Amino acid sequence: MLRFLLRRFIQAIVVMVVISIISFSIQSQIGDPTQQLLSPTVNQSERDALRETLGLNDPVMVQYWHFLQGVAKGDFGVSYFHKEPALALILDKLPATLELIVCTLVIMILVATPCGVVAAIHPRSLFSRAVMLISSLGISVPIFIIAILMVYVFSIQMQLMPSFGRGETVHVFGSWETGLLSKDGLAHLALPVFSLSIAIMPIFIRLIRAEMLEVLESDYIRFAWSKGLSSARIYFIHALKNTALPIITIGGIQTGTLIAYTIFTESIFQWPGMGFLFIEAVGRADTPLISAYLIVVGCIFVLTNTVVDLIYGLANPTVKFESHTL
Amino acid sequence: MSLLTVKNLNVAFRLGKQELPALMDVSFSLDRGERIAFVGESGAGKSILGFSIVNLISKPGYIQSGSIKLNKKEIIGLNRRQMQEIRGKRIAMIFQDPMMTLNPVLTIGQQLVEAIKSHTNITYRDAKNIAIEKLLSVQIASPERRFNQYPHELSGGMRQRVIIAAILLLNPDVIIADEPTTALDVTIQAEILQLLLEICKKNDVALILISHDLGIVSKVAERTLVMYAGRIVEEGPTLELINDPQHPYTQGLLNALPQMALPGQRLNQIKGSMPSLADRPSGCAFHNRCPYAMEKCKDQQPEFIHSGISTVSCFMIEEMLEEERNAQEGLL
Repeated sequence: MLRFLLRRFIQAIVVMVVISIISFSIQSQIGDPTQQLLSPTVNQSERDALRETLGLNDPVMVQYWHFLQGVAKGDFGVSYFHKEPALALILDKLPATLELIVCTLVIMILVATPCGVVAAIHPRSLFSRAVMLISSLGISVPIFIIAILMVYVFSIQMQLMPSFGRGETVHVFGSWETGLLSKDGLAHLALPVFSLSIAIMPIFIRLIRAEMLEVLESDYIRFAWSKGLSSARIYFIHALKNTALPIITIGGIQTGTLIAYTIFTESIFQWPGMGFLFIEAVGRADTPLISAYLIVVGCIFVLTNTVVDLIYGLANPTVKFESHTL
Repeated sequence: MSLLTVKNLNVAFRLGKQELPALMDVSFSLDRGERIAFVGESGAGKSILGFSIVNLISKPGYIQSGSIKLNKKEIIGLNRRQMQEIRGKRIAMIFQDPMMTLNPVLTIGQQLVEAIKSHTNITYRDAKNIAIEKLLSVQIASPERRFNQYPHELSGGMRQRVIIAAILLLNPDVIIADEPTTALDVTIQAEILQLLLEICKKNDVALILISHDLGIVSKVAERTLVMYAGRIVEEGPTLELINDPQHPYTQGLLNALPQMALPGQRLNQIKGSMPSLADRPSGCAFHNRCPYAMEKCKDQQPEFIHSGISTVSCFMIEEMLEEERNAQEGLL
């Protein structure tokens, strides 16, 4: 177990170094920060002086080294637009985005699993065909169209749901503000979570269905039938446990996609999360903020995948964390 | 008294509007404690027959007509719950590949106990005791330890023993063994076969062995039924059938045994291959591969006739017997 974690830690460092190189090259290559920092009337010599003090004239390797030193200390620089430390800005918005992602994942597990399982048990039924049709629609319609349609139908036409913002939030421990504990907050959460689910769920339903169909054809399921077990036991103990293994892996990777999707969703619903912050930062060429976002998201991604691998190991008896093969 | 009687069983696969027959007019009976074998090439319908008996044919296959009686009680048309009662408790199955038959994510113990608990109302503790006892009876050392292990921690032969233990849990009347040793290596094959044989003899369990290995069949089965393209073509006591095969297909199968060829010689084959469900020849389905095929073989299905102590469905045999009878009458 310790060996596994150590190995994962080393892998994580490699991944993070790569991400840091990408964020750094963004910082040094996109636009000229002096144009953001100074007004257009400032003359060239003052601009050069600022470039010198910001260290922009140093060799690339030296600049990267300075950048890494900063990152190691949690210092990503100061946002050009907000004039505040970039990391603090991101972390401030993190709870809003995490709530979006976690709620979507929970709904996905609760809805996609039974849908996929039932569609696999009765592959020719009307329900199964409907699920397949709707899910292929869900895959092919991009999330921003789904989200805009949601706003149009539920907020503008039916006037049922709020269309933007987080609504009323409650302070939990520390600086964490949650929208999960107030009725208003939950109402605001509904549409963004719903659109994210529609975007990401079809793949899962199809995946679960396909996996389950394959598992149901296997010899060990036939053997289970021939032992005279109940169908509930066969479907939910024998088959689902085997179906879950590949789904867990894909789930980890899809969490990354989900983070990417939050950028769209947050923009459309004016959700005050880090995706919204990021898209604003891109528009303003606010490079410290962009790189801070990339690194935070990279961390989340590495972390979720490590957790997913641990869950996989617990669910699959043939994986041993002590073994040398990992 | 016959324990299991199958009469005119017809099984077909539904493909769109097409009906592809997989079993045609299969009839046989099995007595308590009797051991019979079904032989034939791949695709003859042996496995489908095994699955049909416990109503587990994979879709879109289904039983069209016929009757399957267990202890004189019809079991075709039973509802799901009643069928569940029969599976495992009265009729148990062993599959070909022990590596694939046990669920990889459940422990041996879980897979044994669930079978007992789904048929009887006993405590986990008692069920575990029965499981351990059965593991011992199939000669598994340290069953307590195996009980908590996962299938991947056991060898192939060991797994097949566990599977045999699993089907013995509820003392079934019939065991259907579908190629139980094909996936094992030769030394383990003999052990497992011996074990199966002993268990059947000791507990008076009837065995339906499905195999294409005539060597194994001759050691285990008292009676052998030869299948070709979904039909039984010959039935007889195993020894007689092997020593004096009647049907040209049975002759071909025996001829194809490697030990029938001399060293260095080409191995004998039956020319052609088993037809698929979709293009089953008319008449006697074997006519296009049969060295003795006659004109009427192409469009008529031969009836079963008695030849010696075997039953066979072949026009050639029919004519031969006819000639013999005529010759005898001529002599008189």
